[in-house]
Amino acid sequence: MSILIYAEHDNAQLKAETHKLVTAASEIGGEVHVLVAGAGCAAVASQASAISGVSKVIVADNSVYAHQLAENIAELVLSLAGGYTHILAAATTTGKNFMPRVAALLDVVQLSDVIGIESADTFIRPIYAGNAIATVQSSDKVKVLTVRATSFDAAPEGNSAAVEAIDSVFENTQVTFEGDEMVKSDRPELTAANIIISGGRGMQDGEHFAMLERIADKLGAAVGASRAAVDAGFVPNDMQVGQTGKIVAPELYIAVGISGAIQHLAGMKDSKVIVAINKDPEAPIFQVADYGLEADLFAALPELESALG
Amino acid sequence: MKILVPVKRVIDYNVKVRIKTDQTDVDLTNTKMAMNPFCEIAVEEAVRLKEKGVATEIVAVSIGPKACQEQIRNAMALGADRGIHVECDGFPESLQVAKILAKLVEQEQPGLVLVGKQSIDSDNNQTAQMLSALAKIPQGTFASAVDVEGDKVKVTREIDGGLQTLKLTLPAVISTELRLNEPRYAKLPDIMKAKRKPLAVMTTEELGVDIAPRVNTLKVTPPPSRSAGVKVESVAELVAKLRDEAKVIS
Ligand SMILES: Cc1cc2nc3c(=O)[nH]c(=O)nc-3n(C[C@H](O)[C@H](O)[C@H](O)COP(=O)(O)OP(=O)(O)OC[C@H]3O[C@@H](n4cnc5c(N)ncnc54)[C@H](O)[C@@H]3O)c2cc1C
Repeated sequence: MSILIYAEHDNAQLKAETHKLVTAASEIGGEVHVLVAGAGCAAVASQASAISGVSKVIVADNSVYAHQLAENIAELVLSLAGGYTHILAAATTTGKNFMPRVAALLDVVQLSDVIGIESADTFIRPIYAGNAIATVQSSDKVKVLTVRATSFDAAPEGNSAAVEAIDSVFENTQVTFEGDEMVKSDRPELTAANIIISGGRGMQDGEHFAMLERIADKLGAAVGASRAAVDAGFVPNDMQVGQTGKIVAPELYIAVGISGAIQHLAGMKDSKVIVAINKDPEAPIFQVADYGLEADLFAALPELESALG
Repeated sequence: MKILVPVKRVIDYNVKVRIKTDQTDVDLTNTKMAMNPFCEIAVEEAVRLKEKGVATEIVAVSIGPKACQEQIRNAMALGADRGIHVECDGFPESLQVAKILAKLVEQEQPGLVLVGKQSIDSDNNQTAQMLSALAKIPQGTFASAVDVEGDKVKVTREIDGGLQTLKLTLPAVISTELRLNEPRYAKLPDIMKAKRKPLAVMTTEELGVDIAPRVNTLKVTPPPSRSAGVKVESVAELVAKLRDEAKVIS
């Protein structure tokens, strides 16, 4: 067996998802190659070659891959697919964007959001917002999987796999990149943070999120949000946790002014320790919280901030 | 411009799914069903484009058992002009749905296909991308804004780090994010009118798409359950528990 992993990165930095996918690949078994597609991404390729368990890094460094547009990336992956039994990408907005194209063009199904490997053809994945867990077997010749990185530990570093550059260029002219607005933050990324403090509709407005930010900074935490808080315009979309936002599984998740709708729980209920701060004793979030504090958040948050010293 | 909008019949998003005791599947008998929320957003966007004079006709498609016609009628009540029901037992896999839709794109030649980004049952998030690849028309996924400008469409996409804007040459496939719009409710007179709108029924055989499953579901189980912990009385007690008992903060 041989496995191709699509590296998650932003042209400068390899993301931890890739290390976690290497662990998933090692559970499948076989030789593991990593594809780095981007522009000016040489540093990423060398970071990938350091992951233990990787035997080769393939790097496609070209301006057409700068924004990892789905049409171009899918063709690139497809051109390499011949040699592999499994193709894996992280279940991020990048992986979700191009991988189904790879599957369709190979005429195979894609298994989305894999959270467990049973064998080389049998995988575990959540359905119905995580309210059911399916064990599924694929009979296709190539298994195309997007993998939920939070379900796997990161593979260690301490390797220097061969790096091979390829110069294939696939450019679809029906789509052009116009621009982006990336959110800049000095706090850890949601999907990588050990501690997350999230706010919901109960925060009342965006300014009050500063209360969460100050606590986050004391804890080295990331700040998340419910969909209601994002929809109300309190905070940007990239902070949404849930079925349709980010899936997180930190050591500690603190939900503040969040009721605990199933769609929100779907994104955080695998956290190790859950804390809920809510003034409604009936809020469903208390049913999953290890520690529940029934309180007005506007009183509790300043107290929490000062208690953390 | 014609817009094709696939709509899926799924469990109502407010209903908690039950799992069959023999763990072969989820149990949907007597469960409230509805249009997938992301598909509703796709229908709403199509209707808005028609109201703006950008679209001239909206065709709603649903694939699955007879009961899917309810969701097509629902889309018509919201503003779709006609419907296509591709009738089959059960719900085909995403790849097969994409193949069926690719055939319909060939027949109907829409300028835009508006697809929900995922259905809340399988949570696959695949159909739009697969359709785009098979029909060889560009994709704009997870859209939170759509602007048609001549023969192009500008799509703002919600991505992990923020927002990205792409320009696609029409025809194109767009998958809808929750924040694209807030769907309206159907009015009673429109629900009545929808009953008289044309609805064509066809089969997967007629379209020449094989829907034999490729994935074998070995079992479906409930997720590991999480039980409620304790209620703490004060912030001080909370911090003490997190430090000394859970040891998750220092
Ligand atoms: C298809 C679909 C997908 C969805 N995906 C997601 C998703 O990915 N993520 C997500 O989060 N949601 C998602 N939702 C929305 C979800 O159903 C809920 O509407 C949402 O999570 C509610 O957010 P909330 O808990 O912040 O708001 P609410 O449910 O309004 O809860 C606010 C809470 O704050 C508490 N509160 C208010 N004031 C105070 C105060 N002063 N002190 C303490 N507590 C206070 C209240 O008691 C209440 O419990 C989705 C919905 C659909 C239909």
